[in-house]
Amino acid sequence: MFDDLRDLYQEVIFDHNRNPRNFYVMEDADRKVEGFNPLCGDRLTLFLKMDGDKITDASFQGSGCAISTASVSLMTDIVKGLTEAEAEALFAKFHAMTTGKEEDINLEAVGKLAVLAGVREYPARVKCATLAWHTLDAALKNEQEAISTE
Amino acid sequence: MSTFPVEKIRADFPILQEKIRNKPLVYLDNAASCQKPQQVIDSIVHCYSHEYANVHRGVHTLSVRATDRYEGAREKIQQFINAQSTKEIIFVRGATEAINLVAQTFGKTNIKSGDEILITAMEHHSNIVPWQMLCAETGAVLKVAPINLHGELIFDEFEALISDKTKLVSVVHMSNALGTVNPVKKIIAAAKAKNIPVLLDGAQAIPHMAVDVQALDCDFYVFSGHKLYAPSGIGVLYGKQALLEAMPPYQGGGDMIRKVTFEESEYNSLPYKFEAGTPNIADAIGLGAAIDYLSEIGMDNIAKYEAELLDYATEKALQIEGLRIIGDTSEKGAILSFVLDKIHPHDIGTMLDSLGIAIRAGHHCAMPVMDFFEVPATARASFAMYNTKEEIDVLMAGIEDLIKIFG
Repeated sequence: MFDDLRDLYQEVIFDHNRNPRNFYVMEDADRKVEGFNPLCGDRLTLFLKMDGDKITDASFQGSGCAISTASVSLMTDIVKGLTEAEAEALFAKFHAMTTGKEEDINLEAVGKLAVLAGVREYPARVKCATLAWHTLDAALKNEQEAISTE
Repeated sequence: MSTFPVEKIRADFPILQEKIRNKPLVYLDNAASCQKPQQVIDSIVHCYSHEYANVHRGVHTLSVRATDRYEGAREKIQQFINAQSTKEIIFVRGATEAINLVAQTFGKTNIKSGDEILITAMEHHSNIVPWQMLCAETGAVLKVAPINLHGELIFDEFEALISDKTKLVSVVHMSNALGTVNPVKKIIAAAKAKNIPVLLDGAQAIPHMAVDVQALDCDFYVFSGHKLYAPSGIGVLYGKQALLEAMPPYQGGGDMIRKVTFEESEYNSLPYKFEAGTPNIADAIGLGAAIDYLSEIGMDNIAKYEAELLDYATEKALQIEGLRIIGDTSEKGAILSFVLDKIHPHDIGTMLDSLGIAIRAGHHCAMPVMDFFEVPATARASFAMYNTKEEIDVLMAGIEDLIKIFG
């Protein structure tokens, strides 16, 4: 059952959905931005701790589908220690993986995020995976208003 | 259940033969839009192949033929909802446009600063936003009657919100997000006691039950063709003749005028006053064909069959651990809105899709309803007359399987 879905729902995704990492309110966050996907009601708040242009810590709160929860959980893990420029560069690679042309995909460059590559076959679900990153992008640009994938 | 000719009906809907992801399609997203029988598809092909020209215009044969068919569809609708006259049947794009029409014409003429418009907490966005826009323009106030945890209108509170300032009551006949069928007769009686006109949003109700606008005594009734087995892009505004006569036109243009000079224009009579420009001729004819099709089966038979489907689905759903039905009043149409513990509706939607099952996952254009039940979204299986118990079994097995896989 659900054999067709194995590319989309990998075990790592179920794991992050069941036990999301960095899932807490960061009281002393330097950046706090809300992300919202009005299509499915996914809602998250992203918290960042910064040291200059370096992300020293990241956490989130909110509710969403397994894809969006796993995506933000993985993202908050992977961006710790990255500079703003490095995080933006990773977002660009992630974006290419989920929505770009086949030849632009570099699974090695995105590391653990490669488990989300399956969403490109499900156009209705791409926004679930990218919401976290659009929210991060807004946080890095210091946009304090709620952002939306629409 | 065996007397309802569901297999014969299914054979009329070519799309039901489609395979989705190599599985037979189980189409349970009927509240979003219904599939079309061959008879409706044929009527459109026939129109464009044999009887298409502009209506109300030419003296040539084809134009007369097209006009007869287009006006014939209007007569079918008039009979279907038992309106007094075809003058009361206005063709629009859908229920949404019909509500906007009423807001922009009846609303702008009759609703002033400080006046109130009363809706319920279970409305579709299409019966919220046009009134908010009107309120923003006029300074009127939108009042919202609350619902309870069964998804029922709290009637006493609704009644208490009717005041001397209320100028219009606009409520949904059947909720698309919950399935609740509102006690519209009581609602209308309460409004009439204070001479307040009532608009019923019938988009969801019309494919599931017989509607008699005279028996209801509503002032406006709106619905969309595409939820009634007819094409998208065509819908109906029913309004009582006296109200429609008193309303200014909605849009200006051809067909809605009697005489035009550069100084002034004289408007056409009903229903044409509200139908500026070349209308959606073929799809109106398609709506007429859908009504013929439904009339042959009988709306009461459809309602009875669908009630059995809903009972069966509800009983099965309640046996699934961790499943919570959103909207569990006994007064319901064939909609099963639900959530699962720790599994987001969007995941449910994708997983069921891989089994060939089409349901809706989301807020159903009723975000305030989601807020009330404190869920971001729901999964919704909505049934039509062509669905079967076997399809419900496929749905329930799919739900049980996806619960297992999510662990």
